[in-house]
Amino acid sequence: MNDTSQSFVKFEKIDKSYDGEVLVVKNLNLDIAKGEFVTMLGPSGSGKTTTLMMLAGFETPTNGEIFLDTKPISKIPPYEREIGMVFQNYALFPHMTVAENLSFPLEVRKISKPDIKEKVQKALDMVELGNFGTRFPAQLSGGQQQRVALARALVFEPRLVLMDEPLGALDKNLREQMQYEIKHIHDRIGITVVYVTHDQSEALTMSNRIAVFNDGVVQQLSTPDILYEKPENSFVAKFIGENNTLNGVVREVNGSSCTVELDGGFGMVKALKINVNEVGEKTQLSIRPERVSIDNSASGSNNFSGKIEELIYLGDHIRARLDVCGNNEFIVKVPNEGSFNHKEGDQLKLSWNSEDVRALDL
Amino acid sequence: MEVPISTAELLTTDGIPLKQSLRKAERRNKLRAFLLVFPLLLFIFVTFVMPIGDMLLRSVDDSQINSVFPNTFDEYKNWDKGADELPPEEVYKSLFFELANGDKRQIGKALTRMNYAKSGWKSLIKKTTREIKKIVKKGEEPVSYKDTFININKLWADPTYWYSFNQMVKDRSSIYYWNALDRTFDEDGDVVLQDEKRRMYIKTWLRTFKVSIYVTIFCLILGFPVAHLLANLPLRYSNLLMIFVLLPFWTSLLVRTTAWIVMLQQNGVINGILVWLGVISDDGRIQMVYNEVGTLIAMTQILLPFMILPLYSVMRVIPKSHMRAAQNLGAKPVTAFLRVYLPQTIPGISAGGLLVFVLAIGYFITPELVGGKDGKLIGSWIAYHLKTTLNWGLCAALGAILLGIMLIFYWLYNKIVGIDNIKLG
Repeated sequence: MNDTSQSFVKFEKIDKSYDGEVLVVKNLNLDIAKGEFVTMLGPSGSGKTTTLMMLAGFETPTNGEIFLDTKPISKIPPYEREIGMVFQNYALFPHMTVAENLSFPLEVRKISKPDIKEKVQKALDMVELGNFGTRFPAQLSGGQQQRVALARALVFEPRLVLMDEPLGALDKNLREQMQYEIKHIHDRIGITVVYVTHDQSEALTMSNRIAVFNDGVVQQLSTPDILYEKPENSFVAKFIGENNTLNGVVREVNGSSCTVELDGGFGMVKALKINVNEVGEKTQLSIRPERVSIDNSASGSNNFSGKIEELIYLGDHIRARLDVCGNNEFIVKVPNEGSFNHKEGDQLKLSWNSEDVRALDL
Repeated sequence: MEVPISTAELLTTDGIPLKQSLRKAERRNKLRAFLLVFPLLLFIFVTFVMPIGDMLLRSVDDSQINSVFPNTFDEYKNWDKGADELPPEEVYKSLFFELANGDKRQIGKALTRMNYAKSGWKSLIKKTTREIKKIVKKGEEPVSYKDTFININKLWADPTYWYSFNQMVKDRSSIYYWNALDRTFDEDGDVVLQDEKRRMYIKTWLRTFKVSIYVTIFCLILGFPVAHLLANLPLRYSNLLMIFVLLPFWTSLLVRTTAWIVMLQQNGVINGILVWLGVISDDGRIQMVYNEVGTLIAMTQILLPFMILPLYSVMRVIPKSHMRAAQNLGAKPVTAFLRVYLPQTIPGISAGGLLVFVLAIGYFITPELVGGKDGKLIGSWIAYHLKTTLNWGLCAALGAILLGIMLIFYWLYNKIVGIDNIKLG
């Protein structure tokens, strides 16, 4: 990714309101590079679909401008934007066959008949539906319809493809299979994709970068690993992956680390200073379950103990819910190495490294 | 390797043939299902199948006159029209006795029928019967019945009267159908056009079609946008709009029709407003009611819900994302509408169109009230003959033709659109 292609799509100071009272999207600034797979992830009502619809041209930004290939596009109607889109429920036209659905964008572009035929066949082959051209959408399974929708969004060689929760209607196995397939197609043809989902594992699997939306604001925009390992605020920490929280007050700040006194007098915890600034501030500590060690050797800098509330056997690991420092939803994942022989009600010694604890906003 | 196909019957565990066992098990359910629908079947048979069957029979029935003059008609068949100018003596003789002894009411009915064949029969027979009864009273037996008849009235020597018997001698007759199409039989039994001043049915048929087609088209043009709004407005507004659409359903048909008379007549509201606005002058008031225009306006308004509701039910389930998808794929809004939206509304358009057309073609009250002389439809003639002239045979024929036309349209529709494409709700 070089600098000239850095912002193929650029959202600049975008605000959006439907009723003039509530902002659905607040001051959105987002740059997407050419060829990138960017996912907008967030709970429903967080503004991610609205953002996508503004990009597609079905909603008008209340303020700000969207640039595509350095040109402002707010005044361009949707049918001239050359942006492909896969809709939530596919929006395949039921009165047309699969091939007719795929020819539609080519026909309205007045492409010659033989060319259309060739492009349609190529697109169908790409999604492995080469022999399904004469079927109607209703005669296809959900996964096949999904592929047709994908092929239709790509067949006219758009500059950009948008996908609005395209896998939401599929069952779990098919969803995972389609995730890989979409990822592979993206890798192969190198098209820019903006993907919307509320499923974090889907986002982690497919994306180059993820924009986490909440309350109309992008909370963090980063690669999947950074998002998971270094969340910048408590919303991201909670929304991506599993997360244990402990509340407290900052007592000491020391460069990039700090010391936090837990509420309820459970002691002091050393943590990374992420989203807190000064002594006396309230904070929420975030620790990933797999970073908590039940080793009794006390290697970590933070040592605590907790009562086992519940044990769930999950094959490769055992999931233990503990009561730690007043939080009885504290999850620890114990690898199944055959040596774990505690029962519910037992006390466990816990420890973790201070680098794995992040002091975030409350 | 060939898989051996077992030809032996499948048996249940108890050794009873499977099919027989299944039939036995299902019999109770079948019987129960039948008993549940039986009252309805009976009801439909009595109130629907029988009257329509009776009507269809009536439209070709010509047996009443045969039962009044059985011998006369028998003898009449022996008349060699090429050889003799008038029927043989036996015909006059049979008629003499059948008129003398016949039931007065039955003869009266038969006379009405005879008058359809040739006007003048009624008075001729009435006069003759009176004279014949006198002769019978005196106890005389005429030497020649033929001469007796001709003495009573010289019209009996006019063979054209006798020729008109020709079309009545059979039990079944197509005369009512021909009448319904402005045709009749001539003396030789050939089908000819009616006198010019008696031709009114073809004209009315054509007008009925014209009005029905126009009403259907107007309903579609007016109803389509409303149905689209209904299907796409937020629930709050669409419910309100739905009430406006349904309101006419809850108002009496007569009230709505007379309301249109108030609105459209020359001293009515619309003309008043136009004069007040200076669009037309006071003596240039437009005639909008008691003619075809009035019929069109009133029927369109009254039948509009029948177009809107099927359209709405179809449009409601077309996802909004389809129009967006079409535009996203590069189609201008008009193209998207024509190629993506419109084809998906065809089941609604055809259901609404068929419904409105079928209702319009047999419509009666509204055209009768606002149609005046030029706006009446075929239904008005049926009612007229049913109540005023009591020519039920003609009523039945008109009704049967109407039914036949609807069936033809239904068949055509099935051929072109496919009946399984229809969607009423």
